[in-house]
Formats: sequence, C-alpha cells, structure tokens
Amino acid sequence: MGNILQFLKTCFSLWLKGGRYYWTWMVFLVVLIISGLIAYVDQLSQGLMVTNMTDSICWGFYIGNFTFLVGVAAAAVMLVIPAYIYQWEPIKEVVLLGELLAVSALVMCTLFVSVDIGRPDRVLHLLPFIGTPNFPLSLLAWDILVLNFYFFLNLVIVIYILYCGHTGRHYKQWILVPLVLLSIPAAISIHTVTAFLYNGMAARPFWNASILAPRFLASAFCSGPAVLLILFQILRKMTGLKIRDAALAKVAELMAYAMFINLFLLGAEMFKEYYSNTEHLIYTHVLFFSVAGKTQVHYFMWPALIASLVAFLLFLIPRTRHNIYTMNLGCLLIFFGVYTEKGMGLVIPGLTPDTLGEIYVYSPSLTEYRVAAGVFSVGFLVFTLLVKLAIPYLNQPHESPSH
Amino acid sequence: MNDSTRSEISRREFLSSSAGTVLAGFSLSTLFAGCSKEDIEAFLQKHFTELSGEDLQKVLRRLEKENEKKFGKGGSIDTSPAMKNVLFGYGLDISRCIGCRRCVHACVKENNQGREPAIHWIRVIEFPKEAGIDFAEANPYYCPSAGKESNLNSAQKEILSDPLSQYPLYREDKKNNTDAQCKVPRPEHFYVPIGCQQCKNPPCVKACPTKATWSEPDGIVVIDYNWCIGCRYCMAACPYGARHFNWAEPKLEPADFNPSMHYLGNRPRSRGVVEKCTFCIQRTRKGLYPVCVEICPVGARKFGNLLDPESEIRYLIENKRVLILKNELATHPKFFYFYSM
Repeated sequence: MGNILQFLKTCFSLWLKGGRYYWTWMVFLVVLIISGLIAYVDQLSQGLMVTNMTDSICWGFYIGNFTFLVGVAAAAVMLVIPAYIYQWEPIKEVVLLGELLAVSALVMCTLFVSVDIGRPDRVLHLLPFIGTPNFPLSLLAWDILVLNFYFFLNLVIVIYILYCGHTGRHYKQWILVPLVLLSIPAAISIHTVTAFLYNGMAARPFWNASILAPRFLASAFCSGPAVLLILFQILRKMTGLKIRDAALAKVAELMAYAMFINLFLLGAEMFKEYYSNTEHLIYTHVLFFSVAGKTQVHYFMWPALIASLVAFLLFLIPRTRHNIYTMNLGCLLIFFGVYTEKGMGLVIPGLTPDTLGEIYVYSPSLTEYRVAAGVFSVGFLVFTLLVKLAIPYLNQPHESPSH
Repeated sequence: MNDSTRSEISRREFLSSSAGTVLAGFSLSTLFAGCSKEDIEAFLQKHFTELSGEDLQKVLRRLEKENEKKFGKGGSIDTSPAMKNVLFGYGLDISRCIGCRRCVHACVKENNQGREPAIHWIRVIEFPKEAGIDFAEANPYYCPSAGKESNLNSAQKEILSDPLSQYPLYREDKKNNTDAQCKVPRPEHFYVPIGCQQCKNPPCVKACPTKATWSEPDGIVVIDYNWCIGCRYCMAACPYGARHFNWAEPKLEPADFNPSMHYLGNRPRSRGVVEKCTFCIQRTRKGLYPVCVEICPVGARKFGNLLDPESEIRYLIENKRVLILKNELATHPKFFYFYSM
C-alpha cells in the first residue's frame, strides 16, 4: 500500500515537472478542451441540431473519427507481437509507448461515441444488469464489450510495467506475457468488430462488403505506427529518450507491407465495383467523383490515395525508409491517407446516397470541429501524462528479461 | 419475452444486494442534487416490457403530467397489448396513388410529430415511369418545384436548403405559398409512398444496442422512446429510411396536440431519440384503420389482419400483382405494394 501511495506521489511530481514546451503544450490542450466542452454543452442543450448531420447522413464526423481511432488503438499490437514474442531487441523500448497510445486512442474512441449519442443520460441502458444490452445480436453491444476489454487490458499492462519500473523491480514474465498475448487477439477483435458493425448492414452496400474487416486491419497497421514514429522522434529530441534509427526503420518496413495489403484490397474492391457496374457502383463513385454535381468526398479522397501510394513507395525502398526525412514525410502522408480513407471516406460514401436515393452533402459544422478538437486534446493530454511517467522508466538501463 | 424476464430477475438480484442499494442511493443522491423528482423518476424508469402494474401507472401519470405542462392537457396514454391472432399487414396500390401527400399530413397530425424541425414518417417519392422503382431516379421534392431547382422562388429555395425540412410541402402550406405548377400526378410519373415496412426480419431491431426497439406480437415494430439512447445505429441499418431522429426538441403547438395516445405510438417524443411509423398503434389496436388509410382520397391504402383469410389484405396479396420493396434484402416486410390496374 505504501508503495502504491509512493507511486502516485511520484506520478504527480513527474506531471508537475516540465520545461517551457511542456507547459505551452499543456495550456494549448486545455484551451482546446475548454472550447470543445463549451461547444458540447451547447450541443447538449440544443440537441444534435447544431451538427450538420441529418436523417439522411445520420452519422458523420464523430463516428468517422471514432472508426479511425479504433484503428490507431489496434495498431499497438503490431509493435507488441515482434517485441514480446520474438524477443526482438530493436523495438522493445517502443512497445510501451505503443500501448500508451492504445490507451489514449481508446479514451478518444469512447468520447467520440459519447458525444455522438442523442441521450447520453441513458448510457447506462447499455450495461448488463442495470440496462438491457442487445447481446449477442447488436454489433454495437459487441463493440462496447471488446473496446472496454481492450482498454482495461492495456491499462493494466501499462500500469503494471510503470509500477515495476517505479519500484525498481523487473516485471515478472509470467504475469506480463499472458496479458500481452491476450492483448493481441483483443486488438484484432476491436477492429474486426468495429468493421462488422458497418459490414453487417445490408442496407448500405458500400459497407456490406466482406473485404471491409481485412481492409480495416491493414489500414490500422499503417496509421497507428505512423503516429508512433513521429512521436518517437519528438520524444527523442525533447527528452533524450534512446530510440535507435534501426527500430524506426523496422516499424516503417512493417508499415510498407501493411500498406501494400491495404492498397491491394482497395484495388480489389474498385475492380469489383467498376467492372460489374451495378447500381451499387454509385457509392464507390461518390468516393472518387462528384455524383450529381454535389458530393465532395473526392476532393479529399484523390489526394489521400496518392498520399498512400507515395508513402508505400517511400517505406518500401530501403534508402528512403532509412532516411529520416523521407520516412517522416511517409508518416505524414500515410496518416493523411488513412485518416481520410477510414474516417469521412468510409462514413460518407456509406450513407450517400441514402437508402431512398437522396444525396445530401454533409460537411461538419463548427460545433462538430470544436467538439472533435476537444476530444483529440483529451486524448493527447492523457497520452502526454502517461508518457511523462514512462520516460524515466524507459531511460533507465534494463537488462533483457529472464525466462 | 424470455430475454426480458431473465434480465428482470438479474436486475432484481443486483438491486436487492444491500451493498448495491446503499451505493446506488449514495451516488444517486449526490448526482441528482439539482434535479426534480420527475427527472429522477424518468432517469430510473425501466424498459417498457419490464414495467407492469403500479410501476407502469406511475410512469403513465408522470408522462401525462409532462403533457399537461407542455400542452395544457394530459391526454390519455394507452398501453393495450397486441390482440390475439392478429398480424397487421398493409397494402398500397401503386397504380392508384396520385402523390398528393394527404397521407403525410394526416400522419403528422395524428402522430404528434414535431413540426419544427419537421419529421414525416411517410415519404412520397416520385419516379419517372420509364425508370420504374429506381432510387437513383427518386424525387421526394417533386412539389413545389416539379423537381427543377431553377423553377423555385427564393422562399422555396430557402425551405429546400434547410436540411432538416425533408418535405417542403408541409411548411409551405403554413406559409401559404402555393406553387401553381404543383399539380399531381404529373404526366409520365408515378408515386410510391414509403414508411416503415414493419419487417418480419427487421435490421433495425438487430442493430439496436439497448433493445429499445422490438417487434410486437401483432407485427408492429415499436420503440420505447424512454429507453432509446439515440445512437442512430437503427437508422443506418434501416433499408427504407423509415426511422427519424429528433435532432432538436420537437416543437408541437398545444392546438396541434393529439391527446389520444399509445405509449409505443404517438405520444410526444423528446429530443435525442428515434421515432417511426407504428401503423397508428393507438388506433389499430382499438380496431380502427391507420389514419393514412382513412385519408387517402383514391383508396390506394389498404390495411388488415394477415391471419384472417377473409381479410381484404389477404385477398389483395392472393389476387393482385404484389411488389416488395428491396426484396433482395430478405427483410420480409408486412407492407405490400400492389398494382390493381
């Protein structure tokens, strides 16, 4: 017990210590959070009317961001597999950061779903015993289950590692390895179930394609690590955290393979739609062209596709992969590519035109942008605070785990 | 039904544990410091299928009190269950429908729909005859404007540009802004009114994460507006655009309030929940026709008991050419379009 109190005390003292950049960053986040909170209170009092969603486009920016972030959360596993199972030295120290990112991403996921629902006061209706979760029929009930499981699993792993680091002991393999092994299917499950959530709706042909879940996984393995690669370098610069270039290049190489699969699956989808040319083509068409002179998704989708392709090449060619500048460029491109493809590029064409053929052009309202910025800021805040705890642990020399 | 009984028992067990009660009492009393007694009761209200006897009466009294406050009269909220050996079915004669939208208006009045933002459970769609029922050619805005935006005056454009006003006609009536060009049926066009198809295999019920929507024994898909969390997954899942969300607090003038209500039907809704057609459950469970059937000036709408071999609806299904919307999705609607001519 004394140890735990001591641990908490250390946490707070670490959070309160920081340079000019740290505090500027924190103030920046808090300002965005307050702005988002004000916008959300307005949304609560007026209803979702203040968003630009309608009966026709019943899901929008919030759910798009949610879907993208589930991918980011799932991607932590990508770093976990080689590091823990194969005792792969170069990227072991970055695994912890991946899990911290997963925890933060899940905080954002939960918030994005919460701000999207019309009656947040009734959220308890989703819980077993207190409410009536529609289990196992509703994929949303499943999603809530797996997301929570994955969240608490990662939280336990992270806290355990940090606590061990704090007490100066090495973590026990028999505790950690089963948890980490469990987190691998859990990570795959959160993204698969989220894909099935869309996939299961026969009313929406754009989502009702069995290629959706594999594509979700492939693109997740691109976006999550892209965020991490950038973060690693920032931390390396700001905190003296030792992360080797070799480790970064290894992650980039894995991203190249994932992006190849993602692009291949996208190509397979496009072939099917354009070659068979049925009435279902219109949804894919919304993705790439202006339909009825109205839709706007293609303005983002073409640049996103090109960005993904260029990033794939940058990560594939060893010379550009090992060059820190081209690698960073690749990360930014891949992030933009997947964010567009898995966010608005997934939600909007799925709902446009709607089931009765109407085309409503949706773009988020100012309220939606502000609330979303607030949610992202909460996520970054959580991540920053967690990283702050992890740095001393990562900086201390630790021997390879014993078996 | 089995499911709900089971969850009722587990909930009772949960609440009867003394620790749970103390904890709940404590956290609730702090949480609700600023709320009225009614708010707390609404918050703690159970799922409709778990309500019975005194609990149900208490809920009904509370809802009537809310109505009293908003509309000056409480009205009566019916909770009568499905009649035995009844499975409702609906028939709509596409060859007769003239696209006048009287059904839309009657539906709004009967079912206490919010007038602002306007919610309409029936959507009448105009198709060119040569296209058939091809939703790529669907035009729900055929009036006023005859479908061409260039024909619109500025007031009409303003109405159309409001994304929440799905059917400009209703509001246009209020503004007394009639369109000389709006004469239905237009030549070379036909009309298909679409509302809830009351599917036997409803994708919306599967989607709902809280069991807030379900199929009643008489085949009507209903929503407990006090249990819906407003996630809109059902709206994404519905192939017929039949579900509508209250994006803002629905505006309903006291003069427009219909006091004859059913709990699962036309009682006023709140902001943030989904609503839909219930075959006028408040009428049909008393043996009346849905109001759209009664109002239709050309007799295009038919309604009856699918289990009664002598019913009109059974006669139509057996003797006319029947069309099921989006048959390929196997939702098995109990809404049958047919051609009498």
